[in-house]
Amino acid sequence: MFYRESGDFKTSYVQDQQIFPILQDRVFVAVVIAFAFLVVPFLINDYWEKSVLLPVLIWSLAAIGLNILTGYCGQVSLGTGGFMAVGAYASYKFTTAFPELNLFIVVLLSGGVTAMVGILFGLPSLRIKGFYLAVATLASQFFLVWLFNKVPWFYNYSASGQINAPERLIAGITITGPNAPPWATYLFCLIFVVVLALIAKNLTRGRFGRSWMAIRDMDIAAEIIGVAPLKAKLSAFSISSFYIGIAGALFFLVYLGAVEPTEAFGIDKSFLVLFMIIIGGLGSILGSFIGAAFMFLMPVLIKNIMVNGLGWSPDIVAHLIFMIVGGLIMFFLIVEPHGLAQLWRIAKEKLRLWPFPH
Amino acid sequence: MTPDILNTIEVILNGLMTGVMYSLVALGFVLIFKASGIFNYAQGVMALFAALTLVGFQTGQIPFSHLINEIFGTHVHNWGPGLNSVLAILLTILVMILFAWLVEKLLLQYLVNQEPIILFMATIGLAFFMEGLGDLMWGADIKTLDVGIPSGGSFWWEDVTRTWVSEGYEYYGMYIDLLDVWAAGIAVLLVTILTLFSQYTKTGRALRAVADDHQAALTVGISLRSIWVIVWSIAGFVALVAGIMWGSKSGVQFSLSLIALKALPVLILGGFTSIPGAIIGGLIIGVGEKLFEFWIGPLVGGATENWFAYVLALFFLMFRPQGLFGERIIERV
Repeated sequence: MFYRESGDFKTSYVQDQQIFPILQDRVFVAVVIAFAFLVVPFLINDYWEKSVLLPVLIWSLAAIGLNILTGYCGQVSLGTGGFMAVGAYASYKFTTAFPELNLFIVVLLSGGVTAMVGILFGLPSLRIKGFYLAVATLASQFFLVWLFNKVPWFYNYSASGQINAPERLIAGITITGPNAPPWATYLFCLIFVVVLALIAKNLTRGRFGRSWMAIRDMDIAAEIIGVAPLKAKLSAFSISSFYIGIAGALFFLVYLGAVEPTEAFGIDKSFLVLFMIIIGGLGSILGSFIGAAFMFLMPVLIKNIMVNGLGWSPDIVAHLIFMIVGGLIMFFLIVEPHGLAQLWRIAKEKLRLWPFPH
Repeated sequence: MTPDILNTIEVILNGLMTGVMYSLVALGFVLIFKASGIFNYAQGVMALFAALTLVGFQTGQIPFSHLINEIFGTHVHNWGPGLNSVLAILLTILVMILFAWLVEKLLLQYLVNQEPIILFMATIGLAFFMEGLGDLMWGADIKTLDVGIPSGGSFWWEDVTRTWVSEGYEYYGMYIDLLDVWAAGIAVLLVTILTLFSQYTKTGRALRAVADDHQAALTVGISLRSIWVIVWSIAGFVALVAGIMWGSKSGVQFSLSLIALKALPVLILGGFTSIPGAIIGGLIIGVGEKLFEFWIGPLVGGATENWFAYVLALFFLMFRPQGLFGERIIERV
C-alpha cells in the first residue's frame, strides 16, 4: 500500500533519475548504511570481524566486480582468483616500497594495476566468445598465480615465498597487521564497499552499463546500433578488474595478513565468486551482496550446526557442504535462473500491488 | 644419436602418452557437447566418481559407511572381501548408467531450452555435488586402484634404446611407462568402438541426428530424452575408462577431478564438436607442455605445466576461434 511509485511525484530531472526512486528504498538504504557506520563499529568483536563481516564485505566487492563483467557485459571469467592475487601483490609491493603512502591510495593504486592487467587479459575477448573465453581466462588464473610463486621480486625475496602485510596506520590508527582493532579494519573495508557499490550502481545505469548490457544481449546487434565492442568489452574488463583488485588487496592487507598465492588465490576462489553471482543474481548489484553473504555464511552456518551442534566430524561435514552447495546451485538454476535478487524483485512487484492484487 | 636427441625423443613420447590421457577426458566432453550442446564441466568429477565406485566395489566397502558410523555410532566398513575386477567394472558401468538416468530425470529435463551458459553452470553445480557425494560414499583418503593393467618401466624398451646411442656417449635407455602404452592402446580401441557405434548402429545414427539438429531429430521420431540418457551413459563409460587409467597411474584422489580443467584447452584446440579433434588436441597439448617444460622450464623456474596448456590455447584461439577441427562459427543476427 505504501511501497510504490505512484503518489510520489517527481518534479525535477534530478529526482526523476535518482538511484532509488521509491521513498522506502531510500530510507531503507540510508538506515542500513547509517547502521553499518554508526552502530556496528561499537558492537563488533574479533570473532564477528574476522569470520563474518570482513569476508562478506570483501567477497561482495569481488562479486560486484565479476558481476560487472559476467552479469552486465556477458563475458564469463574464471580468472577472478588470479586478478585478486594481482591486487594483493600490488598492494604488498606498494606498502613495502613506499611505507609512507596512505593506505587508501595504496588500495586504489592496486586496483589500478589490476585494471591494467585486466585489460591485457581482456584483449582476447574481442575475438573469443562464450566458453572459449572462459577457458582463455583460465590462462590468466594459472599464469598469474604461477608468476607470483616463481618470481622472487613479487614477494621481496622472502625465504618462505609468502607475503605478510606490514603494519600501517591511518591518522594514528592501525589498519593492517595483527594489532589492528576490529572496528578500524571493518570501517576501512566498509568505506570501500559502500563507495564502490554506489559507483557501480551508477555505472550500470549510465552509458557504460547500457553499452555493456547491449553487448551481453547480442553483440553483433549492439555493434550495428553503434556500440563499440572494443570500448565496451575492455572497459568492462578494466572496471571489473579494478573492483576485484581492490577486493584482493583488502583480502590480503586487512583480512588475511599473510598470503601464499596457490592457497589463497586458487581456482576455487574463481569458482566461489562465480557461484556468488549466479546464486545472488547475474546483473544485479544487490544480488552480489546477497550471493556473497549466502555463499560465505551458509557453509559456516552448516558447519556450526553439524560440527558443534550434532558433533559430527569436520571432514564429513566438509563433504556434505560440497553436496549442499552443488545441490543449491542446481536448484537455483532450475527454479530461479536469475538468482536471489530476482526473488526480491518479485516481492517488490507484489508489494506494489498489495493489498489489492486484482 | 646423441643422448640429447634421445632425451628429447623420450620427452616427446611421454608427452604423447600424457596427451592420450587428456584426450580420454576430452572425449567425454565432446560426446555430450555434440549430442546436447551441454558443456559438461562434471566430466572430470565423473571420472573420479567412477574410479571411487570401482575401488569401493573391489574392496567391498559399504557406501556411506563413514556417515552411517557418524550418525548411529556403529563401526561398519566392509561387507565382504570385495569383488573381482571384471565384476566390479560391470557394476560400476551400471552405476554410471543409473547416474546418467538420474541426471536427465532430475536436472536436464528442467533445463531444456535454457541458455548454454546456464547449462554450463548447472554442470559445475553437478560437479560440486558429485565431489561431495563421492567422498561421502567412499571416503576421502587416497586409494590405489589396480585392475590388472601392467605398469612400471619397460625394460625391453630401455634395452632397445640403449643401443641407439652413438659411440662414446653414456646412455641408460629411455623410460616409458607400460601403463601409458596400455592407455594409448585402450584409447585407440575406445575411439574405434565409438566411431563404429556411431556409424553403424541405429542408436548411433540417432545420436548423430540429434547432434546435427535437435528439432529435425525430434520430427523424425527420435526421443531426445532417451538419447540424452544414452549419451550421458556413454560419457560415464568414457569417464570410467579415464578414471581407471588416471587412477592406476596416480591413485584415486581429489586431484583427479582437476584433469577436467586440463581437458578444456584440449577441447579448444581440437574444437568442441570433433572426436578426432579431441585426440589430436590432447596429443598437441601433451607434447607441447612436456617440451616447453623440458626446454624453457629450467630457464623460468619450472612448473610451467600448470599454465602452458591454457596460454597455448589462448594464442591458438586468436587465430582460429573454432579450433582445429571445429565447425566454422557462423553468426547471424
